[in-house]
Amino acid sequence: MTTEVSMPPPPFDLTGGTPARGGRWAGPGPGGPVEAGEIEAEGVCAWFGGRLVLETVTLTMEQSKVTALIGPSGCGKSTFLRILNRMHEVVPGAQLAGSVRLDGVDIYGPGQRAIDTRRHIGMVFQKPNPFPAMTIADNVLSGLKFSRNAPADRDDLIEEMLTKAGLWNEVKDRLGELGGALSGGQQQRLCIARALAVRPRVLLMDEPCSALDPTSTLRIESTIKEIAEEVTVVIVTHNMQQAQRVSDYCAFFLAEENKPGRVVEAGRTEMIFGEPSDQRTSDYVNGHFG
Amino acid sequence: MSIDADLARVDAPVPAPITVTKDYSLPDRIFRRGVQAAGIGVLFLLIAIGVFLLHAGYPAFHNAGLHFFTRSGFQTIGAHPSFGVFASLIGTIEVASVAMLVGVPVAIATAIFLSEYAPLWSRRSLIAMIDLAAAIPSIIFGLWAIFELQPNVVGFSTWLSRHFAFIPFFKVVSPPLNASLFIAGLVVGIMIVPIIASICREVFSLAPAGEREAALALGASRWQMIRSVVLPFGRGGMIGAVMLGLGRALEETIAVAIILGLSFTASAHILQHGGTTISQLIAVKFGSGGTLGTQDLLMCGFVLFVLTMVINLAASAIVNRSRSGAGVDL
Amino acid sequence: MTTDSETPTAPPGVLVRSSTASTATLSPRRTLVEPDDAAGSGDQVAPPPTPRRLPTPLRPRDFGTRDIALLVISAFSSFCLTWVIFFQVTSLSGALGFLVVWYVGFLALTWLSTAEVIERSVATDRVVAVVVVSAAMLVSGLVVFIVAWVAYKAIPSIHWGSLLSKDQLHLEATDPNALAHVGVVHAVIGTLEQVLLATAVGVPFAIATAVFLNEVKGWPVRTVRTVVTAMSGTPSVVAGIFIYSLLILTGYLPYSGFAASLALVVILLPSVTRVVEEVLRVVPSGLREASQALGAPEWRTVWSVVLPTARSGVVTAILLGIARIVGETAPLLFTAVGSQVKNWDPFLHDQGALPLSIWSNHQFPQAVYVDLAFQAAFVLMSFVLILFVLARLFSRPKGKRSKNVSEGDDMMARYFIPVPIERPTESEVGQ
Repeated sequence: MTTEVSMPPPPFDLTGGTPARGGRWAGPGPGGPVEAGEIEAEGVCAWFGGRLVLETVTLTMEQSKVTALIGPSGCGKSTFLRILNRMHEVVPGAQLAGSVRLDGVDIYGPGQRAIDTRRHIGMVFQKPNPFPAMTIADNVLSGLKFSRNAPADRDDLIEEMLTKAGLWNEVKDRLGELGGALSGGQQQRLCIARALAVRPRVLLMDEPCSALDPTSTLRIESTIKEIAEEVTVVIVTHNMQQAQRVSDYCAFFLAEENKPGRVVEAGRTEMIFGEPSDQRTSDYVNGHFG
Repeated sequence: MSIDADLARVDAPVPAPITVTKDYSLPDRIFRRGVQAAGIGVLFLLIAIGVFLLHAGYPAFHNAGLHFFTRSGFQTIGAHPSFGVFASLIGTIEVASVAMLVGVPVAIATAIFLSEYAPLWSRRSLIAMIDLAAAIPSIIFGLWAIFELQPNVVGFSTWLSRHFAFIPFFKVVSPPLNASLFIAGLVVGIMIVPIIASICREVFSLAPAGEREAALALGASRWQMIRSVVLPFGRGGMIGAVMLGLGRALEETIAVAIILGLSFTASAHILQHGGTTISQLIAVKFGSGGTLGTQDLLMCGFVLFVLTMVINLAASAIVNRSRSGAGVDL
Repeated sequence: MTTDSETPTAPPGVLVRSSTASTATLSPRRTLVEPDDAAGSGDQVAPPPTPRRLPTPLRPRDFGTRDIALLVISAFSSFCLTWVIFFQVTSLSGALGFLVVWYVGFLALTWLSTAEVIERSVATDRVVAVVVVSAAMLVSGLVVFIVAWVAYKAIPSIHWGSLLSKDQLHLEATDPNALAHVGVVHAVIGTLEQVLLATAVGVPFAIATAVFLNEVKGWPVRTVRTVVTAMSGTPSVVAGIFIYSLLILTGYLPYSGFAASLALVVILLPSVTRVVEEVLRVVPSGLREASQALGAPEWRTVWSVVLPTARSGVVTAILLGIARIVGETAPLLFTAVGSQVKNWDPFLHDQGALPLSIWSNHQFPQAVYVDLAFQAAFVLMSFVLILFVLARLFSRPKGKRSKNVSEGDDMMARYFIPVPIERPTESEVGQ
């Protein structure tokens, strides 16, 4: 494991460590957006039940940019994404190695809590999953409820987030309806609003449009481009055209037969699609396989 | 083809579908009839129980009229019989209340542990343990209660009666404090834990993984995730489980009879000895009291039968119509 | 691991690095060099880093020495506080009270300290974790304690020679060696006969009903299913008095073991029916279709295809059904009534049974009777345990050792829980 700090905390220090060691990021505050963050993954490996599925991924996801992770299915893109916000460890039998640094602080370092990390690195899933027992308004605010941050102005925040997600006009009259009463595309946008409400530095999106119709897909893509300035976006996508439309940087993942997945090539989107260095990348982006 | 031919084809009447008649061979007919008979037989059995109990017990009800529900006592011999189910009803409710107060929180906590907190390798054994708890015969619970639980709880009863005497239930008019409805309620509470815990655990485990992940990804702690996803999802199942526990608590006979003893005293003070429940009444008084006594007890049995049947049917409907039981997303 | 030494000048715009596993020189265009292709490089491929073991849910990762310290300190402080309250301030007494106050104090202090040092949500999570762990430990502890307690009370007084060979005919309460002359064989015979008769009558009935509900459709299916649910809530007392007033009072049957069996059938029937129905439902419909396509009549399909496939499930259902009724006391009070002597004939005369033995013997003050009651309880508990273990053995999924909870685990609870939980069918599960 390659963390920068390897000393264990002194035995009787119960205060959570000084900022110089491990430390904390400035928490999401009710006032004002937080700066977009940069994630550096170094030497990340992942195992499921003893089987290596992802090998030595080193990638930097630039601040305020959209990075797309592309590649055929089953090569570890989603696994890597989940490692970025400590969701990988929720799966039983999952192990990992390597370091992931958000703005310089290793999220897997000693004394770092998964809960804290997830408030700074949000996630939107493939299948929309709003909380069906809560109203739309409560859905948006649910993340804040978890971190016990009461927003200064509830209604303003709800409006701001739903507008960013491109859902405000459709639901502004029915904020009291239950979250599950929306269509698929609307639900996904609600999930995006919910994730944005905690003002994360990074937003991870795991094939957010794969279950949606083209109109919703375009809406969400424009949302991504709009929010990228405030929130670094890392998106896993199967859809190469989407990657071209939306992302600034791309990383091409590949898992060859019976081998763990790894990053074959990474760089600016124009380079990956226009002049890929590796033959396999070229084959993939030109549709020869995948 | 010409247009007219096409149109003629389109307008031609659609042929009627062939009716397929199922022709069963003789062995099959016997099989089907036999199996149907079994099904109908079950139906008849249930009806028979209800009808017969009502029929056989009705003379007692006729004798007492509506006082059956307001009077207590089991004076069924002699010229002026006086009997009624009132005291037993109160006792049943008190025992069930104590049982629910004790059993429901423990059961739900255990279910949450089993479905959310228990490490995977231990889950099978723990679930086996809970199932074994459900399988322990109630007479063994009764034995344990009277020899082991009662001596240890009497001290607690004493403390309760001393410090909480302002609540009328807890007042003790005549010690001793053993053989009380409270202790009976405690045992029944322990007995209903596996039932409630099993159903709740199953229902909690059906909570959708997508929503759980969504909560965790927003930075929820495990308990926050449980509170916002699992418990709302399992609400119907929990209610049904609690109702089933209630049904079980109402009908428990032997453990209660062992604690309360064979005597029949009407008492509403739960901390002191005495008190009776409907099922305990039937168990200890059956055979005595002459014909009228038997009829009275049959009537009590009918009341108990209807009560538990209604609760079970309602619980079943609630569990299976709720989001958790039906297994369908909204 | 990444290469750190050679960093050739990057073409402008390429800000991310590809991963390599070898230390070979990177070409300016940064392609991946396979370890296999690094022939002649002479460098060794860096071995993959050893995994950092990640336990299942969040807690163990977030549960380090600091958290353990918090818990231990809270427990100790609560203990001191309770001590002070109990012995210095007030005059409360009793071990139970001490324990309760300590526990409440422990929870409160844990919450306060965790909220102070970490944060409130983690504090609540921690307290909840402690509470649920205690609840589970309490329940399992009680179960183990009760089972062990029965053995503990019974075994010292058992005369193994006479336990299963003698009855209570020669019981003299004043004889100091009375236990050598008595046993519970009458109760064992009674229980065995009654349970076997009940099974012989009830199980075919139950299987037929389950087949009806699952295979042979028809309009009454929903009604019958509701009826089965309703019947599984029937109090055992009611089953007993029903048989009594229907058959004994009217003179068709004497007090007998057979009457007890009939009462037990009323209890056995709905439970076994429901479980067998679930087991039959799991049999893939493809098997039935294959059999029908071969021209088999319906009864043949059921008899030769469906039931054999479900055999282990049906056997488990039967075993668990027996476990359920073997401990029932209330129905026997009005039918078999109980006896002190052996009675091999279940159709005539009062018959004893294990639960009845316990019931009648425990009421006497003399030690002999109490010991006999415990001995009967011990035998009864052993029966239940044996049946339970057998049922779990049978229900284990063949071959695949899955660590997940299997159908068999849930089946056990069905016996004592009158409500079917309908699991979502494959088509409905969209997750």
